[in-house]
Amino acid sequence: MRREETPPPAVCRNRGKMPNDPEDKQPPVNAQGEKPANEQADKPTGAPVAPAVQPPVAKPVAPPTPPKPAAPATAPGAPVGAAMPGAPAGAATLPKPPAPPKEAPPKPEPVDNPLVQRFKKRFGAGILEAWQDRKQAILVVDRAHLVEIARFTRDDEQFNFLADLTAVDWPKREKRFDVVLNLYSFPKNERLRLKVWAADGEPVPTVSHVWPTANWLEREAYDMFGIVFEGHPNLTRILLPDGWQGFPLRKDYDILTQDTAWIRENLGIESGQ
Amino acid sequence: MTDFLNSGFRKTDLNSDANMEQNVETTVLGADEIIINMGPQHPSTHGVLRVKLKLDGEKVVDSECIIGYLHRGVEKIAEHRTYQQFAPYVDRMDYVAAVSNGLGYCEAIEKLLGVEAPPRARVIRTILTELQRIASHLVWLGTHALDIGALTPIFYCFREREEILKIFEKYCGARLTTHAFRIGGLQYEAYDELEKDTERFCNDFEHKVDEYETLLTSNRIWLGRTKGIGVISGEQAIAIGATGPVIRASGIQWDIRKAAPYAAYDQYKFDIPTGKNGDTYDRYMVRMEEMRQSTRICLQAIQNIPTGPIMARVGKVLKPPPGEVYHAIEAPKGELGYYVVSDGTTQPYRVRIRPPSFVNLQAFDTMVKGHLVADVVAIIGTLDIVLGEVDR
Repeated sequence: MRREETPPPAVCRNRGKMPNDPEDKQPPVNAQGEKPANEQADKPTGAPVAPAVQPPVAKPVAPPTPPKPAAPATAPGAPVGAAMPGAPAGAATLPKPPAPPKEAPPKPEPVDNPLVQRFKKRFGAGILEAWQDRKQAILVVDRAHLVEIARFTRDDEQFNFLADLTAVDWPKREKRFDVVLNLYSFPKNERLRLKVWAADGEPVPTVSHVWPTANWLEREAYDMFGIVFEGHPNLTRILLPDGWQGFPLRKDYDILTQDTAWIRENLGIESGQ
Repeated sequence: MTDFLNSGFRKTDLNSDANMEQNVETTVLGADEIIINMGPQHPSTHGVLRVKLKLDGEKVVDSECIIGYLHRGVEKIAEHRTYQQFAPYVDRMDYVAAVSNGLGYCEAIEKLLGVEAPPRARVIRTILTELQRIASHLVWLGTHALDIGALTPIFYCFREREEILKIFEKYCGARLTTHAFRIGGLQYEAYDELEKDTERFCNDFEHKVDEYETLLTSNRIWLGRTKGIGVISGEQAIAIGATGPVIRASGIQWDIRKAAPYAAYDQYKFDIPTGKNGDTYDRYMVRMEEMRQSTRICLQAIQNIPTGPIMARVGKVLKPPPGEVYHAIEAPKGELGYYVVSDGTTQPYRVRIRPPSFVNLQAFDTMVKGHLVADVVAIIGTLDIVLGEVDR
């Protein structure tokens, strides 16, 4: 967090804020514009669209051809005066950028091969989506049917090896969690990925009796994301201590707030971080 | 068994240290049964593994592994670093096989980006990774034998491992956490004597493996301590998710280097050693043979290192298109998988590391039941776990 303040960041990126980003490096012309950016440094989100827009703004003085919301504020910008309006303008554009990449799951190409057809024939609406990403097949299945689909995948489709079970958190989505099962088939030498969407608090049926290896992997997913696996024999924290608060791999898990709270409670002072 | 499960030993609230005393009190034990706690500070647990053992006399009735003492939140760190910045962190997971970790990570990101390392880089990667496999197996052999009571091999093993670490040091300046590879290829060109050093090492090493075998393979004590200990069948091993030498010793001939070749493994001839009984002795034999096969791969690779660039055309700022990828490699301990999700920014949205040690350790419970306390140490050793990787 500190590191970004030394190099001149032309803009705050939505999560990244990389000093060596070429787009960021481009406008040294923008020197005046840096002050607002520097002040914004604490506000983590910014527009990834903005850097592409700003350079044209800086060169042709008053009338910028692509008039993005931030443009009028920065273009007439007197160095210091612009600092103040610059900041809220940046803040106004905040909600837009994170939306496109996160809302829709990337679907490079829908896939409809014999494997998917067999699944669809057997389970119909139980298979929500099927696509292929980097030549790896992904099936999104219905949460309620997970166990029967898992059994079918293991016995009929011979994906007898559960390589990995994990989760991904997409807090903006209605069903925020992807539970991801990476399967491998020894007889076929193929891999397949099953996904289940689950909202916060929705239990996901356990597959630990289908693939015993899921036992610890589900415990880890519970530990890190707070996903409850229904029917798991021993769903407890595995890597973190039992009394741990929160679920670290959720995107909204904030270590600083926790730390401040702990210091206030236990030491009776403000941490000042 | 069911009595035991209901006895409170496994109950959620009894897991913590604070409740250990209470745990022992509330558990219903048989006349000769006791519960003992092994680790997390114990020389034979290879790190900070804690095992709760329920014993009937000297016999292990049930066990529970308690892990997480070395948890550093590597996956969370990944979400706050750029793709390149995270690369050195993976070396700190399985710190006795750092090069393998780095290879898996770099290849996963390359797959995500849709680039491929140039042939020269792939061959050099293969050589270094195979040397790392030997080094990792040497640490395992030395410490495993030491745990069981053979004091000599560790000195021999570390002597040879030193040679490998010297090659790493000459190549990239680091010995253990090397960060040898970069996303897209290599940063450093191979140093002049890399081929010569590797060749010298490999030619010597074949005899060294025979030397270790004279110490152990037909040693009566060694046989007594390893034969029939910690048996796991092939079906059980698949069910529990075991990979690497553990699954091969149970008779399943599966190696990702053959099943889904990465780096330059498709160019070389090597065998996949397997065992029959799935016991500690078979796992020992499999790993010994794997070391020989690794030298074989290295010797083939140095014969013909292609010329050309060592780095693919990747930008200084990596922004993989949104999407996800799962890439697995055959690390010395088993399948090391990286599941990386990109949202199109410079930082990974999610990096999931599938550590072989973590999953293999799950087999501990199956393996240890019915054996003596002294065998617990042999079974922990034979799984070849590294707690840095188990806990991440």
